Amino acid sequence: MPTETAAIEVENMVRRFGEVEALSHVSVTIRKGEFFSLLGPSGCGKTTLLRIIGGLDLPDEGVLRIGGVDARAIPAHRRPVNTVFQSYALFPHLNVRDNVAFGLRMKKVPKPEIAERVRKVMDLVEIAPFADRKPTQLSGGQKQRVALARAIVNEPTVLLLDEPLGALDLKLRKQLQVELLTLQRRLGITFVYVTHDQEEALVMSDRIAVMRAGKIEQMGDAEALYEQPRTRFVSQFLGTCSLLEATVKRRNGAEARVDTPVGELRVEFGTEPGGAAARDQFTLAIRPEKITLSPPSAALGENQVRARVEQLIYVGSETHYTLVAGSQTLAVEVMNVRGCRPEFDIGREVIAHLPPTGLVVLDD
Amino acid sequence: MANTRKGEVRFGEQLTRAGEMARSAFTSGPGIAWVTVFLLAPLIAIGVMSFLTTGEKTFAEFPWTLENYKRFVGFGSFGFDPLYPQIILRSVVLGAGTTVLCMAAGLPLAFFIAGLPARHKNLGLMLVIIPFWTNLLIRTYAWQILLAPHSWITQAAVALGLVEQGAALYPSTFAVYIGMVCDYLPFLVLPLYSSVEKIDWTLAEAAADLGADGPRVFWHAIVPQVAPGLVAGVILVFIPAMGQFVIPDLLGGAKTVMLGNAIAQQFGQSRDWPFGSAIAFLGMGMVLLGLWVYGRAAGEKGGDML
Repeated sequence: MPTETAAIEVENMVRRFGEVEALSHVSVTIRKGEFFSLLGPSGCGKTTLLRIIGGLDLPDEGVLRIGGVDARAIPAHRRPVNTVFQSYALFPHLNVRDNVAFGLRMKKVPKPEIAERVRKVMDLVEIAPFADRKPTQLSGGQKQRVALARAIVNEPTVLLLDEPLGALDLKLRKQLQVELLTLQRRLGITFVYVTHDQEEALVMSDRIAVMRAGKIEQMGDAEALYEQPRTRFVSQFLGTCSLLEATVKRRNGAEARVDTPVGELRVEFGTEPGGAAARDQFTLAIRPEKITLSPPSAALGENQVRARVEQLIYVGSETHYTLVAGSQTLAVEVMNVRGCRPEFDIGREVIAHLPPTGLVVLDD
Repeated sequence: MANTRKGEVRFGEQLTRAGEMARSAFTSGPGIAWVTVFLLAPLIAIGVMSFLTTGEKTFAEFPWTLENYKRFVGFGSFGFDPLYPQIILRSVVLGAGTTVLCMAAGLPLAFFIAGLPARHKNLGLMLVIIPFWTNLLIRTYAWQILLAPHSWITQAAVALGLVEQGAALYPSTFAVYIGMVCDYLPFLVLPLYSSVEKIDWTLAEAAADLGADGPRVFWHAIVPQVAPGLVAGVILVFIPAMGQFVIPDLLGGAKTVMLGNAIAQQFGQSRDWPFGSAIAFLGMGMVLLGLWVYGRAAGEKGGDML
């Protein structure tokens, strides 16, 4: 339903390239003022969707509404939408100031107003010191800011960003992620952000749509997506999970006892159990930080399993363990609270606790 | 023991000083010799000759004089004579006209070839270059035949009412420009094409995203990117076209005198070598002036393109 708070509405959109469906009946509503990310691997359709919203491509089927208005017949240059391109696409023959002013000049905004708005935006993203330089004289991070300034100076309804931080080194990327987030909160513009970097999406987004092969596999806020993944793909694309095949032994209302390769476990079904919970066999996923380790003992408590350390990797703040219990592999991440010596060496037996609150039932 | 540099390493190969000099002599020596003998020496000879006086029995003799140059710009010993300034103007107009027509035909052509699928691109370029495999004179004579009174082209023009029955499309200004454009088009298309091929179309997308409609996208995002190739093409057409006299002679009826005709005349029938040299040198001066202006305007990128 078109609502006042919807910035972008996509309904049942299809885009084909030859035989391939780059977008396969995609529907999504993006709310005004939110930071919305399209997350997925290469070829999942996220950039295609972004380009269609921006007017740089046309869908084969489906509806697109921007601010409640059907936008499909509106050409790119008349949509209240601006794009920050992955390659920045700065005009090499214009200096920074003229690049930023370009959109305002196209709209025939009076010159004094252009100068004022350009100055404000350049101060906002901190590019004023090189206003007279040409793009070839700028670093990657500086170019990215110019591209950003050039887009937001037009005060668009929606800002589209196509993997803008992809070409930057790690530190710079993390710094700019926070800057972009702060900027978005300050300006209140709706951001639609395309990325393949799940950590980036988690840091910046209000809501994320995880895409695969032209479809949105799961959509929700960062926490919901991370804590309650619904498919194998989402569980492995956002962070990692250990997967356990489970067979139901006994049901008891909102919980059940299941058989797994590592033994019997108690599982709790959440308030909105998916269809899979009603089945007799399903896959369980558990995040590596939810599993706790303790030294081996004779007795096993509930949801505790014996395992052997096969591999450990020191990552500075954490130690990543790979445990093996029979045919099952478990990934465990432990924070190095007490110094860097790992508690459990390779080859040692340990007890792993898989709390019911950490076990998620997957739909597939 | 002193640490002296024994030579350079070039592309992984070590060369001593002597080896380097021998290498240079071998590689650039023949080229330098050729240019000196066949270009530099004649240029100097002509330059010197342009300041000499025409003799009755000799080709050129002292004293030194500026008479030749003065005569060419119209101020000879018999008062103001616009004959030669008119010749210059005529040649410049021919050059400019040819350039404009080549641009009108060449821009769409370059974009068309660049838009072809990869396997057809080379074919397209080949088709542009193939006419060059035939001598210019033969190509120009071919146009004489194609534009003669009973050729199919002339008949078509008659049928369309553009020309009276029995008339020919040549000799005429129209025929001259056809011949000129056909000859010089590749010189514009090829450098232009190399720029068009390298166009970054995301700039066009960015311009559209920022509010530019079709024509403005072309002007702000495309034209600046093809400018180097376009300017190089313009220079490669304008300068030679300005000095062209064979095509105007063959297709224009040899009734008008162009810059090239004037020079040929002086060295031929008129036996006025100093004057011919002056004309040649002035023509070259205009060309160098144009190139200098271009060099200043286009900077390093333009120089690379040329």
